[in-house]
Amino acid sequence: MIVTPGWYMALAAVLFSIGGAGVLVRRNALVMFMSIELMLNSVNLTFVAAGTGLGLIEGQVAALFVIVVAAAEVTIGLAILVAVFRGRATANVDELSSLGG
Amino acid sequence: MIDYLWVLIVLPLLGAAALIVFGKRIGDPWSGRLASALVGTAFLIAAGFTVPLVTGNGHPETVELFSWIPVLGVEVSLLWDPLAALMTLIVTGVGFLIHVYAVGYMHGDERFGRFFGYMNLFIASMLTLVLASNFVVMFVGWELVGLSSYLLISFWFVRPAASAAGKKAFIVNRIGDWGFLVALLLIFAAFGTFEFAAVFAEAPTGLTTGMATAITLLLFLGAVGKSAQIPLYVWLPDAMEGPTPVSALIHAATMVTAGIYMIARTAVLFGLAPATLTVVATVGAATALFAATLAMGQRDIKRVLAYSTISQLGYMVMAVGVTAFTAGMFHLMTHAFFKALLFLGAGAVIHAVAGEQDMSRMGGLRKVMPITFWTMVVAWLAIAGVAPLSGFWSKDEILAAAFAHGGYFVFLWAIGVVAALLTAFYMTRLMILTFGGEERWPDGVEASEAPPILTVPLVILAVLSATAGIFNTPFRLGLEHFLEPSFEGVTQQLPPAGATVVALAALALVVALVGIFWGWARYSRRLPVEEGGFWGAAVEGYRVDDWYGRLVVAPGKAMATWAAEILDGRIIDGVVNGVGGGVKSFGNSLSGTQSGLVRWYGAVMAAGTLGLLLWLLLSGGLF
Repeated sequence: MIVTPGWYMALAAVLFSIGGAGVLVRRNALVMFMSIELMLNSVNLTFVAAGTGLGLIEGQVAALFVIVVAAAEVTIGLAILVAVFRGRATANVDELSSLGG
Repeated sequence: MIDYLWVLIVLPLLGAAALIVFGKRIGDPWSGRLASALVGTAFLIAAGFTVPLVTGNGHPETVELFSWIPVLGVEVSLLWDPLAALMTLIVTGVGFLIHVYAVGYMHGDERFGRFFGYMNLFIASMLTLVLASNFVVMFVGWELVGLSSYLLISFWFVRPAASAAGKKAFIVNRIGDWGFLVALLLIFAAFGTFEFAAVFAEAPTGLTTGMATAITLLLFLGAVGKSAQIPLYVWLPDAMEGPTPVSALIHAATMVTAGIYMIARTAVLFGLAPATLTVVATVGAATALFAATLAMGQRDIKRVLAYSTISQLGYMVMAVGVTAFTAGMFHLMTHAFFKALLFLGAGAVIHAVAGEQDMSRMGGLRKVMPITFWTMVVAWLAIAGVAPLSGFWSKDEILAAAFAHGGYFVFLWAIGVVAALLTAFYMTRLMILTFGGEERWPDGVEASEAPPILTVPLVILAVLSATAGIFNTPFRLGLEHFLEPSFEGVTQQLPPAGATVVALAALALVVALVGIFWGWARYSRRLPVEEGGFWGAAVEGYRVDDWYGRLVVAPGKAMATWAAEILDGRIIDGVVNGVGGGVKSFGNSLSGTQSGLVRWYGAVMAAGTLGLLLWLLLSGGLF
């Protein structure tokens, strides 16, 4: 069986959906971050697969950018999470709704 | 030289600016001296400019200063012709004497400098009005006169009566100003220009009688306001709340003459509207008689003179109404002299008896104030129309012209004769109550003659009141000839010729003497009781103010209240608040979506994205 870029795309779509469902259904902020990582990396997968399939280097470049930005995002996100946890002793996002209208 | 005509306006204007800003620092008496000097200088310059007009080789000159509203072709330009010259000399000449008098009269007043600032502003406004060469500049002067009269009448504004009188003068004048303004718009619609020369040149051919009647009636409404004719005269008696020099300035030399001047200036237009002229003459005659009856019953010396002024203005309006424009201007001039004299003399009397204005508490001042008395005698005889004093000539010329106009106007002439009789009567009453009989002063008053700074202007005005008649007599029409260039193309009503005019003059003289004798017989021995009936009604001005209050002011106030409470309070505020409230409640209903739950936001975002994708897929837009 030849693995064509379409397979990668399908895998990425599955991963993206799992990540998105995780973000929506889990209440723990840490798990939500992990789900977001899953979504980001599924996108990386599509970049790389498409770049290889089309013979272009830009796919890998974009993936590198995403990795860098994701690392920065996780750093900030975890820092906020730690700060919130210190103050409230919870990581449940449903309890963090004081900005509600 | 004539290019510097604007100096006449700028001199008092500078004085006004300086004295309103620095009046307190310049103080008493230097601000008064400065103001007087500026007006006096303006008078001398005006006299210099007048020389070429008198010697006969001068002709009307237009001085263009600058362009103001190019779109409408409005220029700020001044006109120097005999009519403007006459008015300028009266305004600055009599104005100067009143300024000098006021230096003495206002001595010790807290706001002495400010007072002279306003006085100079008044002179500058009036000169703008009379020197204007188009309707717009004239209107500017017209409005400035209204403003400065308001400032001067309510000068002692801490007295509620004074501030109310100032407002009344301003508001009543606004009614007239409205007429003037609408007339201006009609003139522009008809001629496309505001320049006097162009309008008057085109009017005889380019104006329908209907349009001319509309324009002149509206102009006349303006004159009715400024010159205090029925029905807008009510502001003038109340304006006596101002300091006495103000009364002299406003009622003798300046403001009230503006209406007469304006009609004389637009004589060409009035000549094209016979219907308007009939209205003008009728209003003038009615005012002359009506105000004379009111003057008979007043106890306040200044109110007698106020109603007398209205009555005399009625004569002038009647004169222009029978197209005797020169006669009207002539009476304007003589009246400026003797009425200024009467007001200033009354001011000296009021000073002498410690501010008392009720004539029933004066009396016997003849002995203590000889100069004031004798100058007032001259004014009394002049206004009563005793030959050969100035008032005789000017009033007789008006009456003779009305008589000569014929038909209906003979009836107006008869009204004028009756008013002349009453004039002689009420002036005699004023003189006897004030100067004759025994002393009835308030307790503790030591009356004495006024200081020279008050009496010198009185004496000068007395000389002018006595002799000004020689400018224009039936035997030598000097003023008539002088004003000819200003009334070019205007048909004027001249007094009848020959024996008729002599008979009319003799009749006028007899009427004046009868009036004086009547007053003498009634008041010289003992004071009759004047209460109730006619006298009570006259003191209250026939309750005209009450009627105006009920018929005009009350409905106006009711309408304003309705507009404020219903129209603005309910309808307009209702719309504004309704829109605001609607937006707010709509926002409130949506605020529930902002739950603060991150997962909810995420779900909505995801659902939106999915929805969009689905829509694009189904519509085939994506691939």
